Amino acid sequence: MNKPCASGRTVGGLRTLSLQAPAVTLLLLWMIVPLGMTLWFSFQRYNLLMPGVTGFAGLENYQYLVTDPALWTAMGNTLLLVGWVLAITVIGGTLLAVLFQQDFAGRGIARVLAISPFFVMPTVSALVWKNMMMHPSNGVLAWLFESVGLPAVDWFSSLPLTSIVIIVAWQWLPFALLILLTAMQSLDEDQVEAARMDGAGPVAIFFFITLPHLKRAISVVIMIEMIFLLTIFAEIFVTTSGGPGLATTNLAYLIYIRALLDFDVGTASAGGVIAIILANVVAIFLVRMVAKNLED
Amino acid sequence: MTTSGSKMAAPHATTGRRSAQTRRAFITVLGWSIALMIFFPIFWMILTGFKTETVAIADPTLIFSPTLENYQAVQERSGYTRFALNSVAVAFGSTFLALLIAIPCAYAMAFLPTKRTKGTLLWMLSTKMLPSVGVLVPIYLIFRDVGLLDTRTGLILIYTLMNLPIVVWMLYTFFKDMPKDILEAARMDGASKLQEIFFLLLPLTLPGIASTGLLSVILSWNEAFWSLNLTTSNAAPLTAYIASFSSPEGLFWAKLSAASTMAIAPILILGWMTQKQMVRGLTFGAVK
Repeated sequence: MNKPCASGRTVGGLRTLSLQAPAVTLLLLWMIVPLGMTLWFSFQRYNLLMPGVTGFAGLENYQYLVTDPALWTAMGNTLLLVGWVLAITVIGGTLLAVLFQQDFAGRGIARVLAISPFFVMPTVSALVWKNMMMHPSNGVLAWLFESVGLPAVDWFSSLPLTSIVIIVAWQWLPFALLILLTAMQSLDEDQVEAARMDGAGPVAIFFFITLPHLKRAISVVIMIEMIFLLTIFAEIFVTTSGGPGLATTNLAYLIYIRALLDFDVGTASAGGVIAIILANVVAIFLVRMVAKNLED
Repeated sequence: MTTSGSKMAAPHATTGRRSAQTRRAFITVLGWSIALMIFFPIFWMILTGFKTETVAIADPTLIFSPTLENYQAVQERSGYTRFALNSVAVAFGSTFLALLIAIPCAYAMAFLPTKRTKGTLLWMLSTKMLPSVGVLVPIYLIFRDVGLLDTRTGLILIYTLMNLPIVVWMLYTFFKDMPKDILEAARMDGASKLQEIFFLLLPLTLPGIASTGLLSVILSWNEAFWSLNLTTSNAAPLTAYIASFSSPEGLFWAKLSAASTMAIAPILILGWMTQKQMVRGLTFGAVK
């Protein structure tokens, strides 16, 4: 906090400072206090069910965590979940942005319908999909499959992680679409027209004009989605509770199990530190990109 | 390209127009089919809310005699209003607080920038990157010790802090777009800082402030990590209430649908209204 001394020299600086102080102080507390506590707990023997066992644990919690196969399963699930959802939403979102940029009858309403899932609260999305869409006997998908002669799929027991990916992708595809559609609007139509005059087909126009134009928006979508997807929680909480077994337990859900079901504060905190580090790797890139943008 | 336009001149005007028409029809059908497919689960949920429980789990059908019994049952049996009021209190309470704290801050950043302004903005953004689950344990323990578990105050506090960076950022981008001359003129006329904020800045940037507020309301309303972990019954907002339908014995699809429809309707409409401004807030101004 060298900010106050540096800008406090002038009257204007003082004013600036007093106006910014509440926001800055609150955010600073919000960041430092829990972060410091998580870090502190991660080196402590601290289990709410065993109040007698206390003291400095050194790296014990981390050791326990990394030798626990559950962590690696959870990490693997986290990566699969993030990877698949990103692939579906970014590719799908880009293609849909191109489609919804075309002029067609009722485009405005079609767009609004297509971005709607993003505004649905996660617990509703997850339960609607789990019950009404993916139910093995009464769901709409089961009915569809059966009416074309295919066997119905018991989504959550035979393809648990895939089911979660579908639900989460359904929520985030509209986000990618919304952002990319906005970015499409600044596409130079004259440039597209000129390319068309030169005989470029739609595929060439897409790869050589549209995609390069969307590059920055796409990377923003990827990074923002990564930050949220790394810690998907509610969708798992209300559908599979991490199961069957650990099939749908991601890092966020594992920390939740350790903290609020096993009451193992030390291990949960060590997991929290790992989650923070993972998120920060992504965050650095995002912050850098936004910083560059702030310049112009 | 070396063909230099000869290709374009060649086709007859009529076939050209016909193929353009076919293409347009194709795109219309494709666009609408995809939009309807994406929207289908929401449509189906709204529809199921008007079915009886028996019809709801029967083979999918569009033809049935609609009933309002689920809406009534949801209110009578579980007290829907209580959860809705929690959601309203938490979403609007946190938004009000966030705006109150963020407006002076964004004002200073936009109109009295120092060398450090950019750094501060980026640092605020970085606090948003902190995964909630990373600080679940300390927040839970602090809340337990000071008696904030399962209180509206606790959630309001968390949501205010959670949305503060986005609110500051969005306001900052709106304030920056405002012509500086007007404020300059007011200052010449002897307006004080507070007068300047209240009588000039706020009225002029009201649309921007409103959409910032709406985004904050939407994000708080739909938040489902802290609400699930920090509330049990008293302060449970709609996200947590809907989650209670996940227990195996609570599988009443029609009631779940009715409750869900009521829970998402206001936000869906707000979202439709503010989609453009939301992009600005959600991407921290990186995509406009």
